[in-house]
Amino acid sequence: MLAIEDFSAIRLTLELAGLTTGLLLIIGTPIAWWLARTRSWLKAPIGAVVTLPLVLPPTVLGFYLLVAMGPNGFLGHLTQSLGLGLLPFTFPGLVLASVIYSMPFVVQPLQNAFEAIGNRPLEVAATLRASPLDTFFSVVVPLARPGFITASILSFAHTVGEFGVVLMIGGNIADKTRVVSVQIYNHVEALEYGEAHWLAGGMLVFSFLVLLAVNVFNPNQKRSAS
Amino acid sequence: MKLSHTLAALLFTVASSLASADEVQVAVAANFTAPMQKIAADFEKDTGHKAVLAFGATGKFYAQIKNGAPFQILLAADDETPAKLDKEGMTVLGSRFTYAIGTLVLWSAKPDFVDAKGAVLEKGNFEHLAIANPKLAPYGASAMETMTRMGVADKLAPKIVQGENIAQTYQFAASGNAEMAFVALSQVMKDGKIGSGSAWIVPAKMHAPIRQDAVILATGKDSAAAAALMKYLKNPKALAVIKSYGYEVE
Repeated sequence: MLAIEDFSAIRLTLELAGLTTGLLLIIGTPIAWWLARTRSWLKAPIGAVVTLPLVLPPTVLGFYLLVAMGPNGFLGHLTQSLGLGLLPFTFPGLVLASVIYSMPFVVQPLQNAFEAIGNRPLEVAATLRASPLDTFFSVVVPLARPGFITASILSFAHTVGEFGVVLMIGGNIADKTRVVSVQIYNHVEALEYGEAHWLAGGMLVFSFLVLLAVNVFNPNQKRSAS
Repeated sequence: MKLSHTLAALLFTVASSLASADEVQVAVAANFTAPMQKIAADFEKDTGHKAVLAFGATGKFYAQIKNGAPFQILLAADDETPAKLDKEGMTVLGSRFTYAIGTLVLWSAKPDFVDAKGAVLEKGNFEHLAIANPKLAPYGASAMETMTRMGVADKLAPKIVQGENIAQTYQFAASGNAEMAFVALSQVMKDGKIGSGSAWIVPAKMHAPIRQDAVILATGKDSAAAAALMKYLKNPKALAVIKSYGYEVE
């Protein structure tokens, strides 16, 4: 059965995934919009940087974050000079890492959705004297709704499944950085297979339901992708 | 003439080594990586047998062995896992012995940060102290035991961060994110002394000895190479290597 520490890990994981998803929608939307609309030569390199976390092993990301956020790293210098202290072993540190780690899962669906809209609706809105901001919120966002739903679900789920990065910078602190995936790992390593099964099985069911939700909410995904 | 001699000699060597040489698959605790690489090279040179090494966490090896991993010898980071495998009939009974006794050290990447008596733990002028997860790693359990004995465990609890294993714990301190860490002496020892930073070698009386046991697994029952390696680990040459990395031997 699940113990108190397991529930604490579940709560922490949901908080981390929720906060990360919220932040990513705020940060990722303008990035995706820019990538969808720009003709700048910077599109290719910036697009590649945003996609990097998709192909990098999480341990690479975690190791560089540990070094960068440490007392000798540039992020560490920055946070210290802002009076925030150091980020490794803290919840805000995990949030920052998760935002970077899950970035492609928000930017790519949004970028695809924005590109699929094309110029026509924007031009029509402009002839009706809508301001660019108004156009964005009353035309683009409703049209890109499936993209936003996919982005939110994938980012939430991907953050829940995050392991390598958290392991590298978290420090396994109860109520602060010990998320479900780390707790499962601890159970397995300690040969507590029964406890591990409860959490791991729950994770499996959760992940299936999430992907099911993506398919149900987004039946047109295939068509817009092709 | 000379060439054909060499060739003949070579062929003879290959043929004879094919006849007697054997391979043994060894699962090695991560903290014993460096000494074991050296010992395996000597072993091959001296006996003709080849030891194929895999390094990792003992708990993971246990799970793999239970699920049919093809290891013939386990060099564990503790004495509990081999004993457990003994009880479960997964080993060759009577083969188990302690090949090394680990030494715990409190280490900082900063010079002059850790004093020779570990009094820095009582001063508490630091943010983070890294230890290996005490539930998983014997070095972590010994670190907790040491702090409890010093009476600082409760005071330091909020400052403790945990590495998944002893290698990651070292990384926390080496990157400066934790000012200090309890790690294995073998990790910070270089040419018989502390390589960099500052350290307190924790006296053995502060905690139960960190016994690392070796055992032949059931799959290695008939392997000549497995038996040879177990014997080799006890010879003076191997023992000297083990000691040079900061381990004690029996």
